[in-house]
Amino acid sequence: MSILVDKNTRLLVQGITGKEGLFHSELMRTYGTNIVAGVTPGKGGEWVLDEKIPVFDTVQTAVQTTEADASVIFVPAKFAFDSIYEAIDAHIPLIICITEGIPAMDMLKIKSLLKTSESILIGPNTPGVLTPGECKAGIIPGNISIPGSTGMISRSGTLTYEVLYAMKAKKLGVSTCVGIGGDAITGTSFIEMLSMFEQDPDTEEIVLIGEIGGNEEELAADYIMTEMTKPVIAYIAGITAPKGKRMGHAGAIIEGRAGSALQKIELFRKAGVKVAEYPEDIPALL
Amino acid sequence: MKIQEYQAKQIFQKYEIPIPRGQVALNASFVRQIAEDLGDKVVVKAQVLVGGRGKAGGIRLADDPDEAEDIATEMMGMEINGFPIHKVLVEEAVDIKKELYLSIGTDRMNATPVIIASEYGGIDIEDAAEEAPEKIARIPIDPMVGLCDFQIRGLAVSIDLPRKHWKKFAQIANALWQIYQNDDASLVEINPLVISEQNGLMALDGKMTIDDNALFRHPELADLRDLDMENPSEVEAQKYGITYVHMTGNIGCLVNGAGLAMATMDILKLKGGEPANFLDIGGGAGAEKVSSALRILFSDPQVKAVLINIFGGITRCDEIAHGITAAIAEQKKLKVPLVIRLVGTNAEEGTKILEKQKLPIAHSLVEAAEKAISLSGVKKK
Repeated sequence: MSILVDKNTRLLVQGITGKEGLFHSELMRTYGTNIVAGVTPGKGGEWVLDEKIPVFDTVQTAVQTTEADASVIFVPAKFAFDSIYEAIDAHIPLIICITEGIPAMDMLKIKSLLKTSESILIGPNTPGVLTPGECKAGIIPGNISIPGSTGMISRSGTLTYEVLYAMKAKKLGVSTCVGIGGDAITGTSFIEMLSMFEQDPDTEEIVLIGEIGGNEEELAADYIMTEMTKPVIAYIAGITAPKGKRMGHAGAIIEGRAGSALQKIELFRKAGVKVAEYPEDIPALL
Repeated sequence: MKIQEYQAKQIFQKYEIPIPRGQVALNASFVRQIAEDLGDKVVVKAQVLVGGRGKAGGIRLADDPDEAEDIATEMMGMEINGFPIHKVLVEEAVDIKKELYLSIGTDRMNATPVIIASEYGGIDIEDAAEEAPEKIARIPIDPMVGLCDFQIRGLAVSIDLPRKHWKKFAQIANALWQIYQNDDASLVEINPLVISEQNGLMALDGKMTIDDNALFRHPELADLRDLDMENPSEVEAQKYGITYVHMTGNIGCLVNGAGLAMATMDILKLKGGEPANFLDIGGGAGAEKVSSALRILFSDPQVKAVLINIFGGITRCDEIAHGITAAIAEQKKLKVPLVIRLVGTNAEEGTKILEKQKLPIAHSLVEAAEKAISLSGVKKK
């Protein structure tokens, strides 16, 4: 069992004929993900991935024809607003946006649109979602994780891989790994993911990987204290980060008085969360 | 990207927000000329992108053109928080009856634009928020609807703005919303927004931050970037699509991914070392990018050892190894020791390439950090 995606997920890939889209679609399919369709405006009618996956001009027609119930978006930042909106408009239940560098204004509009929609948006600027052994929807390398009972939520990419890899080395597996994205404005928060893992019968504990910037971790600490029964283990990156500098991710910036790593760590400890000192330390706390 | 006060005010002017008469100058003799043209008392304001300018002596009143020139001469040699002053803004002095605050920014927590007003202007809004939160009015704006008149009236009432200023206030608030939207500003702030003796409401100061992710659709704004205000290595790195932030330690870091780069810096600190920088080569970097990144680290005299930590997903470790080899080949003699850790995609191939160079390879992040610290010659705390 898992959250968000599993072996029954029928995946659509928006931007499937692009360089990134095609490369990762191949990897996803090799992993065993059930890709049912792709969308690239102007290329409807073509077939990709050994001529087995149909390409459509619009998300609407792709969904009508193939009953896709999740979409992964690989389009460039310039066109990402349009693609996400198109997926929301087509009532796709789960939308995962890999694209990095989307203007904040575009995301504020998307957040407004999501208020009146049933769709869940993961990302943008996320490595995606991986349910080991069942479905890889995004770019998380498939070979670094095995099925297990730990849920994983993170704001970063390679840092998450590091933890998955360290866990696998100790034969520790994952129920589902979700990247919520490194941007300042994301579709989904830590809290929503914590709540899903709390309800998932096959997740026994949760690893949360946070970083400087914003107050997502602060809100999560509060939520863990009041709502969670399952144990949570956390790691927060950016203790050495200087104030006011954007550390790569658009979201990773200590602004004014908010967002420092030490504050986040302190709040997690108060909420009874075990906090790892470094990523490779996490398996020992599980 | 932050822009200077005078640049923000040029944008304000375009949107018909009242500002004091004035001009920007690069030297003291031009300051005198501007002061003569303005004809009365003037204010000389250092153009630097750091807070606390007033307290550091960066905003001064001059009674006549002579004094303005003297002040400018003094300022042009000054630094504020390490930033040299190259430009000053010379403006007519305004008789202030009251100082207010008005801004539109992005409320990250609630993921909406928010308009903020206060009857306490001219001070740090975060200080004000702590001291008297009830004196600050915040109204979220739905970006699909825009700023509405009733919201502006609500603000005017909550900051006790006299009715005779409402019309102007609404015009300024609407202008800020236009700027926020049209220019992809993440913050556009007037602090203080003053009620002046002669002219009613006026923007005495202006601050604006533009969303870096949106610069592709605003080439004219990208040109406003002031490279004097940035670290030259950081600017150089951006040319190659590398994110680099200079720091004060002595161990150079080269990592793929922002989160992992921060974690690598943190572990150095945890084990008793000090990172010299944050450096993220991004996903899928080729050999050339790696060489460029290493060149930046090698050119930093602070750097006594370099730690390379790569977790290959899209990034291929053999590409990384080729990049490292090429950068080393350029150096006649390797000035600083390297510690390299490669995991993930094609790690074995990468490691083989590096072993030929007899470079120290680490297997875990902890091991890599400890090796780098000992090679940097800094004793453990």
